[in-house]
Amino acid sequence: MGMGRRLALIFKAKANKALDKAEDPRETLDYSYEKQLELLTKVRRGVADVATSRKRLEIQMQQLQASSDKLQGQAQQAVSAGRDDLAREALSRRAAANQQLADLQTQHAQLQGEEEKLTLASQRLQAKVDAFRTRKETIKATYTAAEAQTKIGEAMSGISEEMGDVGMAMQRAEDKTQQMQARAGAVDELIASGALDDASTPLGKQDDIQRELDSMSAGSNVELELAKLKGELPAGSGSAPQALPEAAANEEKQ
Amino acid sequence: MIVRILGEGQVDVPDSELDSLNALDDAVQQAVDGGDGEAFTQSLAALLNRVRQLGRPLPDEEIVPSDLVLPSADASLAEVRELLGDEGLIPG
Repeated sequence: MGMGRRLALIFKAKANKALDKAEDPRETLDYSYEKQLELLTKVRRGVADVATSRKRLEIQMQQLQASSDKLQGQAQQAVSAGRDDLAREALSRRAAANQQLADLQTQHAQLQGEEEKLTLASQRLQAKVDAFRTRKETIKATYTAAEAQTKIGEAMSGISEEMGDVGMAMQRAEDKTQQMQARAGAVDELIASGALDDASTPLGKQDDIQRELDSMSAGSNVELELAKLKGELPAGSGSAPQALPEAAANEEKQ
Repeated sequence: MIVRILGEGQVDVPDSELDSLNALDDAVQQAVDGGDGEAFTQSLAALLNRVRQLGRPLPDEEIVPSDLVLPSADASLAEVRELLGDEGLIPG
């Protein structure tokens, strides 16, 4: 027997089992309808959960992108200051950020796929549940045991198959969301530990590379200021250092 | 003939195409029995493409059981095994 047929039989077997349990098959219809409504609620919640996870991923991706851009800028700054060691450090952190970003992008695409599938499944289920309610009432109104058995059997098989399918889609989406949440948590920890710079860090709180770059430029500023001050020393003060030949020359003239 | 692709919904395929689908389905079955993951993915993709090509999508509000249920394209061999093993159906 082909696999497709075996799978079809599994769904039918499940529906028959539910039907066999009921004394009056009409009760099965009502019970099944309740289950359908429950599932519909779950699926809608599932869609919302996946969307929330996707948005969280998007925020992290933005953070990582900003972090990567910032590290690139720092590397350039370090190179122009002749600090290859600092540039190397910035570039290797940037590579780590980019790696994380690529992973998140893959996950994001997967999650988006699950979200779309689940949204469609939820629309399909909604339409089927509505149709089932109508059919259920028709069957109950025209109830004659023999005729109803077949009709109920078919409605039950059809709807339970749909429910089985939607249930599986839910499971898949939940699994993907959980994997993603684990990953998102890991990225958050990485950012918190400082291994990856969080570009959203408030002003004033800086990472070590930035601190060093800033202290370098601050250092050279100090040198400049110093030279300027020395240049402004009043002539003839006597203590002018030889590092200022202009001042020395002036002294000799007098 | 009503065919469900898990995760995608149902389509109506002309009965006259049954033989050609069965041949493709047999290839999938063989891959499952042989535990060949790569052959499974390939044969399943071939079968699904054929079904999508031939099938007319069923309206959402239609409630009918399927004659054939097919795993989604990204299903793994292990997932399908689990599905088949679920109700303790005797393979064959």
